[in-house]
Amino acid sequence: MDKDILLACRDASLGYEHRALVEHLSFTVRAGDYLCVVGENGSGKSTLLKSLLGLLAPLSGTIDCPVQRAGAIGYLPQQTSAQRDFPATVSEVVLSGFANKRGLRFFYSAAEKSAALMNMGKLGVLELQSRCYRELSGGQQQRVLLARALCAADRLLILDEPVTGLDPAAAQDLYKTLRYLNEKEGMAVVMVTHDMPNALREARAILHIGRDGWFFGTVAEYLASPAGKRFGGAQ
Amino acid sequence: MSLLLEMFTYPFILRAFAVGILVSLCAALLGVPLVLKRYSMIGDGLSHVSFGALAVAIACGFAPLAFSVPVVVASAFLLLRIAEKSRIGADAAIAVLSASALAIGIVVTSLTTGMTTDVDSYMFGSILAMSRGDVVLSVTLAAAVLALFLLFYHRLFAVTFDEGFSRATGVKVDAYNSLLALLTALTVVLGMRMMGAMLISSLIIFPALSAMRIFKSFRAVVLCAGALSVACFCAGLVASYLISTPVGASVVICNLLVFLLCCLTGRR
Repeated sequence: MDKDILLACRDASLGYEHRALVEHLSFTVRAGDYLCVVGENGSGKSTLLKSLLGLLAPLSGTIDCPVQRAGAIGYLPQQTSAQRDFPATVSEVVLSGFANKRGLRFFYSAAEKSAALMNMGKLGVLELQSRCYRELSGGQQQRVLLARALCAADRLLILDEPVTGLDPAAAQDLYKTLRYLNEKEGMAVVMVTHDMPNALREARAILHIGRDGWFFGTVAEYLASPAGKRFGGAQ
Repeated sequence: MSLLLEMFTYPFILRAFAVGILVSLCAALLGVPLVLKRYSMIGDGLSHVSFGALAVAIACGFAPLAFSVPVVVASAFLLLRIAEKSRIGADAAIAVLSASALAIGIVVTSLTTGMTTDVDSYMFGSILAMSRGDVVLSVTLAAAVLALFLLFYHRLFAVTFDEGFSRATGVKVDAYNSLLALLTALTVVLGMRMMGAMLISSLIIFPALSAMRIFKSFRAVVLCAGALSVACFCAGLVASYLISTPVGASVVICNLLVFLLCCLTGRR
């Protein structure tokens, strides 16, 4: 088997209880891929993310993750309202990416601390490290959470609507950062997004999930497909 | 001054200090994640359940702590499920549960022993409530709460800050929420008899709120909440001795004053 494969979805039906939202889904994510997941609201994008993260078992078919999930896959969730007035410094938030990598030692190790500093540097939030998370702008907060995701993972980033709520400049900034991580650090990216123009420009592959089926292919293939013509052509 | 020194010659006051300091420390530490997770109401609900359990235990002749600890721990898990499952009904469900527990406690008491000073002391706390056995048990449980809190500090932070991320990186989020509920239940049962069922939840909520007004890092907030809580308890106990007011209410007033002070000096 191809050892570059990070995630392989084979004939998987995803959903809750007996109601499948997505059926017979098959696609793979390899090292260095950049995949955008698009589609209408309620079509099952969040369900797909949960399944990819291993939090929800597929109803049928399989989702294989040949690499150890913990330590390889990092996650950037949508922000919650609880975080808006949360008292925590940037470095506390970033270090918490290691929380599950450790035993019951009370302190983070020196290696973990320097890795956290390095990740903050990569994302340009190093000078913010002792600032309070709740005082940062939306774009800065996303970069802090991205640094935390890098602490938890080194192969694949899974992002849930990362630019929602960001102003256009901050969104472009985030795309630039992701492109850097993808091209220079070899990090695979899977992103759920509603930002079609940027998805088509940034991603190399598109997974479109609709109410009556799905499409997986390169951006060019997607634009030529019926779903792509309807969705992507409107832009 | 001599009055103060005299105060420390009474063994029951020393016992109250020992138990009170430990309980207020535990309550403040647990209070920070509870308040941040919007679980403040759980502490309040638990104190009412704890009152009901205690009343039933006295009426039926069970050992008070041995009976109320399992009951309150069980309700803590129940309250947690309610708070997690349905966002809309959670507030109402917790309010209903705590009112019911309170009513059951009062009815059971009035049918058996009658509404005596005992009931009053459960409601509003009593400094005389601490026996030697209580002190030993309190110290043991408080030590356990502190040890577990310290041991799991980083994961509790991760889970409090972001459940979704923690779940995705393989942290057993539900287990840590249950741990938090368990520790809170123990703290409430321990503190209730001195602070009173009506007032114990303020010991959980006030220090966290005050500390959040001043500090910006999670660790500083936790440390500050603990320190404020212990200081307020000591001040409240001394004040209650000097001006003959109930302990629980005096401690809450101290906490309130500190909170107001923090609001004035804090940046937000």
